[in-house]
Amino acid sequence: MRLELRGVTKRYGSLVANDHVDLTVEPGEIHCLLGENGAGKSTLMNVLFGMVRSDEGEIRIDGEPVRFADPGEAVAHGIGMVHQHFMLVPVFTVAENVVLGFEPTRPLGFLDRRRARADIRRLSEQFGLAVEPDAVVEDLPVGVQQRVEILKALQRDARLLILDEPTAVLTPQESEALFAIVRSLAAAGRSVLFITHKLKEVLSVADRITVMRLGRVVGTTTAAESGESELATMMVGREVELVVHKGPAHPGAAVLEISGLTVADERGLVAVDGVDLTVRAGEILAVAGVQGNGQTELAEAITGLRAVVSGSIRLDGQELAGRSPDVAIAAGVANVPEDRQVDGLVLAMTVEDNLVLDIFDRAPFARHGARDLAAVRANAEARLVDFDIRAPSPVVSVGSLSGGNQQKVVVARELSRPVKLLVASQPTRGLDVGSIEYVHRRIVEERDRGVAVLIISSELDEVLALGDRVAVMYRGRITGVVDPGAGRDRIGLMMAGVDATDGDRPGPEAPGPPAVAGDGGAP
Amino acid sequence: MTPEGPDPGGGHLVPPGPGADRPDGALVLAPAPPRAGSRLRWIVEANVVVVTALAIVSSLVLGGVLIIATSPTVLHALAHIGSHPGRALGVAGSTVGDAYAAIFTGAIVSPTALGHAITTGHGWTGVLTPISETLVSATPLVLAGLGVAIGFGTGVFNIGAQGQLIAGALAALYVGFAVHLPIGIHLPLVVLAGALGGAVAGFIPGYLKARTGAHEVISTIMLNYVFLNLLNELLTTQPFQQPGQSNAISRTIPTTARLPHLFGSGLRANLGFVIAVVCVLGASWFTRRSTAGFAFRVIGSNPKAGRTAGIDVRKVTTAVLALSGALAGLAGMATLSGTDFFLSSGYGGNIGFDAITVALLGRNRPVGVFLGALLFAALDTGGRNMQAATGIPLDLAFVIQAIIVFFVATPSLVREIYRLRESGASIGQVLSKGWGG
Repeated sequence: MRLELRGVTKRYGSLVANDHVDLTVEPGEIHCLLGENGAGKSTLMNVLFGMVRSDEGEIRIDGEPVRFADPGEAVAHGIGMVHQHFMLVPVFTVAENVVLGFEPTRPLGFLDRRRARADIRRLSEQFGLAVEPDAVVEDLPVGVQQRVEILKALQRDARLLILDEPTAVLTPQESEALFAIVRSLAAAGRSVLFITHKLKEVLSVADRITVMRLGRVVGTTTAAESGESELATMMVGREVELVVHKGPAHPGAAVLEISGLTVADERGLVAVDGVDLTVRAGEILAVAGVQGNGQTELAEAITGLRAVVSGSIRLDGQELAGRSPDVAIAAGVANVPEDRQVDGLVLAMTVEDNLVLDIFDRAPFARHGARDLAAVRANAEARLVDFDIRAPSPVVSVGSLSGGNQQKVVVARELSRPVKLLVASQPTRGLDVGSIEYVHRRIVEERDRGVAVLIISSELDEVLALGDRVAVMYRGRITGVVDPGAGRDRIGLMMAGVDATDGDRPGPEAPGPPAVAGDGGAP
Repeated sequence: MTPEGPDPGGGHLVPPGPGADRPDGALVLAPAPPRAGSRLRWIVEANVVVVTALAIVSSLVLGGVLIIATSPTVLHALAHIGSHPGRALGVAGSTVGDAYAAIFTGAIVSPTALGHAITTGHGWTGVLTPISETLVSATPLVLAGLGVAIGFGTGVFNIGAQGQLIAGALAALYVGFAVHLPIGIHLPLVVLAGALGGAVAGFIPGYLKARTGAHEVISTIMLNYVFLNLLNELLTTQPFQQPGQSNAISRTIPTTARLPHLFGSGLRANLGFVIAVVCVLGASWFTRRSTAGFAFRVIGSNPKAGRTAGIDVRKVTTAVLALSGALAGLAGMATLSGTDFFLSSGYGGNIGFDAITVALLGRNRPVGVFLGALLFAALDTGGRNMQAATGIPLDLAFVIQAIIVFFVATPSLVREIYRLRESGASIGQVLSKGWGG
């Protein structure tokens, strides 16, 4: 399919989310749409998939102008979409999920399961998907669930497949497997539109690359013609650093000592399984791992948010295991939570209130149970400058800020009181390159000030760039603590549960980690 | 009673200082204006006022249609609209006009009585009776409504105001008749007992929720029955029952336990209304300026972020329900010590449930609750006058009350009718949120 977007414009009030966007995807082409969060990629895809009406412009398929009133019409025209959050019924089998909504039936309306299975086997073999039609979706690793989504689109004869941030939930090995599938789809003449903000992926998979910024197309290029730093420059409009500049660490005494820590998840299953970890003053320990291998629960246990089954968490000798968040805060633990919008901020409240969310009842922000609003305002004005938070005023709601500025509010708050240990989970998730750089620099500054830093991230690049030491977590255990110089491949294998010390096991075919000891598998 | 004019819903009783919080602390989901500045905030606020005013106007229009449709004289006139169109419309207009005029004179002031009093210098008590009655019936609604609103703003759904009100009244009654002290000590004790009784009744579901996760909607509803039947039981047993009575009627409290009249013995308006106003101002300060009120708002808006920031959600839940109950308890005390002086079965009527409506009407803001309660009470006392003066049934006043609340609680509907641009949050968002927890 040849897809053309011409002059697509979408306005939300005064905000122009898409400003005369032109984009052409040739048959059999892997076309990457690259851009920061908020660049307008999602809006464009929603227009293309019939979920949002554009204000101007047209869509042509093989030269014919089309208009989609809803996703069903887009599907009927051969467009398939794999969302970032899978749209699968966990308790159904692969076959049932694939045919859901488009069920092949026999006379009298009975479901034709045999035909459904046969379709899936055929497609699965043709494109190397390796999916078993009778497997129950919730038992499958995330990478395989994603392939079920791809199958769904193929079964509906999608000739253009849109993949929205498909690697966010995958291990490096699973990502490689996905790229192979994408290439085989393209080889069979199907077009793929691959949305991402990860530069390395773009360069390894794309035939052509279109970069978007602030709702506009900045340019279209090919992988051969451009390198990472050129693409990054196009994305943010200026030269950006992809490496974190930091000097060598000067580790001091152990600040955080975790021994034999076992933590259960909501379902009572072991999520953190006998973990021992030490973080010293003035060093950054980065915990790598695919999400859902116990990192979240580890961070929650340290910050007092989650009960501990056994083991101890000592901060400068003070036992924190099983204590409450306010004890951890008082002891000097700063917490940049994984999901800033859920755990870090009260979106409906103002920036100034969010900046004192965990110290609102202490001097100078309160006296005798009454808040000192002037002190709160003064604090906010100072932080907005210190942390370069772009907010029109301290009294706008924090929810109206961009993701990067929201995260800066969280970081500013957590670092605005005396801190011994900084726990930061996915500190740059969903941020633009400029904000990533800024947050990384602040974290390194804290380290150099003698704070013990524990970073939890599923972005391997971030782990390698920030960590002085890297601990890899898999299924609730630390599979090893290595130097960041150990290399992406070795750490990637450790993340997938392959013991990197016995090197005789094959790499790419290594089984993906069954979704999670901890979070119920499918998102 | 319509909150019109430049005062946006009354956020001004406590002047917003330079660092003032958003005055709509309770409306936690309201999206803030994209650009700051008090002017823009005022417009957002004003929009709420405009929508509320339009909701009231719409319901008066709809109420007028109902009056026409249910009045035999109007219907008879309308049947001859072909031959006497002028007369038919005149009858319809005057019937509706008379009805609303009767509500006004019954709830606020009668212009003829006022004129008579001014010219003769007599009859001032009669002039002030309607407004006095409105204040009397607004008092418990304000207090219990504040309690419900503070809960809603914190994401806690206290449906148990009725039970807490009864508990407060029982406690106040006991201290009222069992203790003998001079009024300067006795009355404060009675007031305190009312608040405490309600607080205990609110603390129970709060503690159950914090300890076991029992949903407060269920436990507070069930406790309503417990307190209602406890009241009925106590009214027939000693020491509560009036000696020598076989009916379910309590002892009467002595004058030292009664709230003094504000404007002389001829008018029932009493100190209870002053207590209610003080509570409105206190709640306004509490929500916007106190650390506890801040914690309440954080928990109401995003409990997860609150917990992460070290706020003890369970403590807050328990405290909110206890505070909410204390205000409902004061409502029970106010009616006992202000006007009734004894308890009988069915005491409190429907106040605990009307309080929920009033909280909705006031959008969970203290001043809004105050205005909402006054409107509610005015329709109540005015409706009685309408029934007496025009023969239109009181039920119609209740229908108008219900329609007003219906429109006010569904701002998106009013915006749709009048093609207004969206700016505030709908109350439904705040409400629907808490049912998950």
